[in-house]
Formats: sequence, structure tokens, C-alpha cells
Amino acid sequence: MAHSTAIESNNIWGGGVAPMKASYGKLMMWFFLLSDAFTFSALLITYGLIRYSHPAFEGTIDEFAFSQEYWPIPEMVFEGFPFLHGIHLPLVFVGLMTFILILSSVTMVLAVEAGQRMDRKGVEKWMLWTILGGLTFLGCQAWEWTHFIVGADTANNAAGNTFMGANLSMNQYGPPNFAALFFFITGFHGFHVFTGVVLNFIIFYQAVVGKLERTGHYEMVEKVGLYWHFVDLVWVFVFTFFYLI
Amino acid sequence: MSVADIQIEKDLHHDGHDDHHEQSFISKYIFSTDHKTIAKQFLITGIFWALIGGGLSVIFRLQLGFPDMELYWLKPLLGKWITAEGKIDSEFYLALVTMHGTIMVFFVLTAGLSGTFANFLIPLQIGARDMASGFMNMLSYWFFFVSGVIMFISFFLETGPASGGWTVYPPLSALPQAIQGSGAGMTMWLVSMVFFIASTLLGGINYITTIINMRTEGMSFTRLPLTVWALFLTAILGLLSFPVLVAAALLLVFDRSFGTSFYLSDIYIGGEALPHIGGSPILYQHLFWFLGHPEVYIVILPALGITSEIISTNSRKPIFGYRAMIGSMLAIGFLSFIVWAHHMFVTGLNPFLGSIFMFLTLIIAVPSAVKAFNYITTLWRGNIKFTTAMLFSIGLVSFFISGGLTGIFLGNSALDINLHDTYFVVAHFHLVMGSAAFFGMLAGVYHWFPKMFGRMMDERLGSIHFWLTFVGVYLVFFPLHYIGIAGFPRRYYSFTSFDAFQTFTDLNSFVSIAAALTFFAQFIFLFNFFYSIFAGRKASLNPWKSNTLEWTTPRLPGHGNWPGAIPKVFRWAYDYSKPGAKDDFIPQTVPLSETPESNLPNEVEEAKAEAKK
Repeated sequence: MAHSTAIESNNIWGGGVAPMKASYGKLMMWFFLLSDAFTFSALLITYGLIRYSHPAFEGTIDEFAFSQEYWPIPEMVFEGFPFLHGIHLPLVFVGLMTFILILSSVTMVLAVEAGQRMDRKGVEKWMLWTILGGLTFLGCQAWEWTHFIVGADTANNAAGNTFMGANLSMNQYGPPNFAALFFFITGFHGFHVFTGVVLNFIIFYQAVVGKLERTGHYEMVEKVGLYWHFVDLVWVFVFTFFYLI
Repeated sequence: MSVADIQIEKDLHHDGHDDHHEQSFISKYIFSTDHKTIAKQFLITGIFWALIGGGLSVIFRLQLGFPDMELYWLKPLLGKWITAEGKIDSEFYLALVTMHGTIMVFFVLTAGLSGTFANFLIPLQIGARDMASGFMNMLSYWFFFVSGVIMFISFFLETGPASGGWTVYPPLSALPQAIQGSGAGMTMWLVSMVFFIASTLLGGINYITTIINMRTEGMSFTRLPLTVWALFLTAILGLLSFPVLVAAALLLVFDRSFGTSFYLSDIYIGGEALPHIGGSPILYQHLFWFLGHPEVYIVILPALGITSEIISTNSRKPIFGYRAMIGSMLAIGFLSFIVWAHHMFVTGLNPFLGSIFMFLTLIIAVPSAVKAFNYITTLWRGNIKFTTAMLFSIGLVSFFISGGLTGIFLGNSALDINLHDTYFVVAHFHLVMGSAAFFGMLAGVYHWFPKMFGRMMDERLGSIHFWLTFVGVYLVFFPLHYIGIAGFPRRYYSFTSFDAFQTFTDLNSFVSIAAALTFFAQFIFLFNFFYSIFAGRKASLNPWKSNTLEWTTPRLPGHGNWPGAIPKVFRWAYDYSKPGAKDDFIPQTVPLSETPESNLPNEVEEAKAEAKK
């Protein structure tokens, strides 16, 4: 290995070395995420296409009422907060969820950093926080879904809108596809978060029993870290599309 | 420093590959993690599916060519799908067409072609002991296997297999009321495809990573054989396009089973309005063809790579325009993502958008022509060895040109109004991507058979197989152009009730006879293949006098490929008939310092640097 020629050793793409200075496992994770990004892009494009084939609500936000005739304004739909029934808190709860998820990305960075220092205790601690962050996010999503499914009794329904809450084929808030897309895309993302929590837990367990220490490196933490950051990043886009635009 | 890193990597992950302990039958042949065994599994499964897919086409060609024929003799095979009048059931006809397309495109020409040759050739040609992850590679095959089992079972459903066309457009595919095949058959189709996509992604991620990380010393990207380049780009195309099919398929699953309306709106069945509103079937077509168009390049690129290798070897000449070949594949790969709407010119697409997609589509003619010209110029004044593999490669070039030319007509958004969904389209893609890719696959099998099984296939039977198939393919698909221009729509069960088409009855019968003969000619190959595995002439180490690394392995390479150290690479793969050299080929493992008589001026310096160490 050491006796490669001057010409070749200058060329990291010349073979015999890992040109990106990354193990095959990490590269695989990157390529998987690239492909998963295309899945989410397809879903968000689907959202955009269906969203803009429906008319938007024309008028001021005070006059807004739920109707099948136009796409709802998201901040009028997602305005609930646990234990604060009847108070109009637009996007506060989902904002909190987003904050928790992004915070769990921070703790994941700290876990990766601890792994690079071979600090077993640090990895355990920060992985645990990351898992808790993920579970909290999933819990919040469960509440958000329940609220959405049961329906808002305080909401301002347009005439003829008698159905309360939402399911995959009809909903009180607007055209059926509004709820269908909400369930599908946040559900698909939630499934990714759930998978991430499971992966994080496996790695956490391996760190706790000392398996990772015995292998001499904490690269597995970095790999699940990549996945976790990706899931967070996707949420930023989902959040933007569903709640802000 | 990075050298040390990779060394650690190898110690970490590849300890298992070097020890040659005896394996049980199951871990050696069934759940094997050896890339060569997995390649053979893909190949044999691919051949199985090719037989089924081809057999289906012969059955529906009977209906098209001989609409009055009594088919009672097919009753033992097709059962209730033969009606009381001895005809093929008209809905089952659609299922036949659908399954023929699905099987051929996905199971044979994607898994059978890429799966076989990416697995077999990548580690052997880049100088690696195995794929990056042998386990994922094994999973990739078994996901494909499960996907095949599910698709196979769907043939035996009461309501028949999926029958909405291989593109499974909603609303036809979304509503069981629309057609029988959109019931359980369609559900199984979707489940099967989910497994198939998982298989493709597992394989693709592995291929890409292996090529990036595990090339042997000296094997730079500009020394890679074109097969590896082609398989690399194929894997990238699959990695970026199949996930979009995942999205499309999942949305379709929800529309079918969970009451959503992503693709459905304003549908009346029997005068009754369905509750679905607000969706768009065109959305599905966009998502589908974002996969579907790259998919045709996923099918053809490996075949083109194999052809590059075989034509160069058997012309005893360097491939003409090596870098242009890479560049054209890159261009084809890139363009394949931005032309999908040429499948949708007549869906009500904005004509201005149509003209943009037409322009982008026609640009693909440029890199494709580069490839065709480079094949011809490689052959030009070569010392051509007409091995069977070479014959099939030349056949591929022929199909690629004659099928590609009609692509220029079809890419035109105005002409497409006339030609879309006619047999002209069928003729076009069966030549340019179907038969061409199929010939690439056969060429690859004939060429690498000695490395796969350590024995030679029979060249005489090979030649007979080639000429029957080559002539047969043209006899089938050339007349279809005329039938298409005359306006025959594809996928129709019967044309006998249209006066305008009466004059074409003979031509249709002719095509059907040719199709059946071509299909039966494949049994020559099957005999040759299986007979040679067990009783073929034993192969020499380098039967085609080829330069690439796989021919430096033992006759039957074990797990780990090279018994000693992995060979180093000192030159590109195409030093054939180099002026001054004593042989007409110089393998990639021969250092430049050992061949002073044939080094080019720019290689003299390199040779000196090499000799110093």
C-alpha cells in the first residue's frame, strides 16, 4: 500500500483508497438518503399539484370558515393545544413539535461528537436524549392527529358542512384531499421518525452493553445520526408546505 | 493517510472473506453472500421470467394473428381464460399484455440484466474481493425472489393478474369495478413492486458504493472498463428514479384501498358517481414516467456497456472514443430525467411544454449517435472475431440504430398525435430497448459464461441461435411499424371488426408466426446454456484474450476471487493491438515498465515513475 507511485498517491480517485474518506457503510447511508429525498420530493410535489388545483380562500382571515369549496388556511386548522380548549393558538403546538425535533438533532450531534472522542458515557447520555426527543415528537404527532381526526367543535363551519373531524375520504376542514395528504405525508414522515427511534434505540443499546466500544469506533452512531438529521430536515420541508404556505 | 484508513476498513469489515472454510449447501448456493453466486441466481431467475414473459407474448400474438383460431388446446394451461368459443378471454388478453410488459421490463431486463452483470462484473472488473456488503446483496436477490413469487401467484387468482397495462394508469388500475384485473391482481402487483423496488435499491446502493470505494490500486475512473461505467450510471439512475415510483405506488395503494382520491376525480360507473373528488390521474402519469423514462435507460445502459467491452475485445482494437463513450452515457443519464413528459404529449399537456420536452428528447439523439458511431468506428478495420457474443453485440448495435431512428419520429409532439399508442410505438421500443437490451444480456452470457461456470458454450449452436433470433426479431418488429402507421392501436383485443384493418390480417399472421418461431429458437440457447454448465468444453483462463481483471482469476474463482493478493492495475482496459506490442492484447495488470516497446510518448514518463519504486 505504501509504495504507490507519486502520480497515483496524488490522485485520490486512482483506486486502492476510499476517495471520499468515508467507509462504505456511511456512503451507503448517504445514497439511501439521496434516494429517500426523491420519495419525499415526489410526495411534496404531489401535495403542491393537488393544492393548486383547488381554489384558495378569498377574503380576510376573520371571515374564514371551513368549507368544501376551497383549500383551508392551515393556521385556522392547526390551532389547538393540549389542555387549552377553545383558545385560538395558531401553529403554536406544531411549532413546539418542530422545536423538539430540531433539539433532538442537536443532541444527536453531541452524541456523534462524544463517539468521536470514544466517550461511552457521553454517547449513552446524548443518544438517550435523542430517543426521548423522537418519542416526544411522535407523542405530539399522535395528539395532533387525534385532534385533527376528532374535529374542532369550536370551529367556524360554513353552511352545509356537517361532517366533524377528518378521515381519509372526507373532512370538515376543506376538500377531502387536504386531510388525505395530511395523513399520508405526515404519516410517511412519522413512520421515518419511528424507524429512526428504533434505530437509535438499537445503537443506544449497543453502546450501553459496550459492543460499540469493543469494535473500537462509534461509526454506527454517525450513520444513524445521518439518518436522524435527514428526517429532521425533511420535517422542515413538510412543515413549510403544510403549515406555512 | 487515506491508504491507512481504508486498510483499517478492510480489517474491520472483510475479515470474513479471506478464509476459505467449507460452506454448507445452503450458505453456498441458496443464501450465499458471494457476488458470483448471487449473479447466477439473478441470471437463472431472469431466464425463468424471460420464458414466462416470452410465452405470454406468443399466446396473445395467437389472438392477434389468428383471431378465428380455436384455442381449446390451450385449455389445460389457461383453464377458464379460454372461453366456450375457444377464444382467449378478452380481459385476460389485457392481463397477458400487462404481465408481459411488467415481467420483461422489471424482472428480465432490470433484475435479470443489471442484477446479473452488476453483481458478477463489478467486483471482478474493479479488483475487489466482493461487494461492499455481501449481506445486502443477498437481501437484494431474495427481495427480488419474493417479488417474483407474489407476481407469479397473482396468475392463479380467480380474477386474474393485473390487467391495466404495465404502466398501471389510474383510474383503470384504481377501480376494481373497471376491470377484473384491478382487484386482487392489482393489489398483488403493487405489493410485488414494493419488494422489487426494495431489491433494486439494496442492489444499487451496493453497486455504487463498491465502485467508489473498492477499486483496486491503479483502477482510476478513467481506467474502468465501460461495463463498470455503464453499471455505475445504471445504479445511480435506479437510485434516483425508483423512489419516485415508491411514492406513486403508495399513493395508488391508498386510492385503491383506503378511500383517498389522489388520482381520482369525477368518475361515473354505470351512471353512478363515485365519491372520489379532487385528484388527478395525470399526476400519476407524471410520477410514473419520472421513473419510467430513466427505467428504459436502466434497461439499455448495461447492455451498451457490455457491448462496448465485447466489441472492443473481439475487434482486437481499443474502444473508439473511450471518454466520449463515458460522456455520452453521462449525458443520456442526465437527459433521461428531464424528458418524461414525451410519454404524455396527448394527455392535454400544454403544447408549449410539449415542445420543450420534444426539444430535450431529440437532444438524446446526439449522445446515442455518439455511441452508435463509436461502435461502428471500433469495428472499422478491426481484426473481427465473430464469436457468438460478438454477433449479439453487433445485433444490439443494429437494433439500437434502427429502433433509435423511429424514436426521432415519436419524440416529435406533433407526429405523436398520430403515432401514440399504436404498434409504431410497440415496434420502436421493442427494437431499441427490448431487443437491444435482450441482445446485450445474451451477449454478456455468451461472453462471461466461461468465467461464470468455467466451461465454454457451444459456438455453433450459439451462431444458429443468433441468426434465428436476429432475423426473427426484425421479422416481428419491422412489419409492426407499418401496422402502426396504419393506425392499429396497441393493447386492443381484436381488429376484425374494423374494415380499415382487414388488409393487414396477413401481415399480422406473419408477425405472429415469426414471433412464435423466434420464441422457440430460444430453446436452442436454453439447451446450450444448461448443457454447457455441466458438460461444456472446459474454458481456458482467458478464452477471449481480454484485458480486464476478471480473466486474471482462476478458472473457477472462489469466494474472494483471487487466491493471492488483489492484482494492481497499470493501464486502461483497451490496450488491444497496440503498435509495437508482441501480443495483440496487454492485460490491465501488466506494468508499463514491462512494455517499453509499445508505450506511447505520454506513457514513457509514467513507466519511469513506476519502475523507480
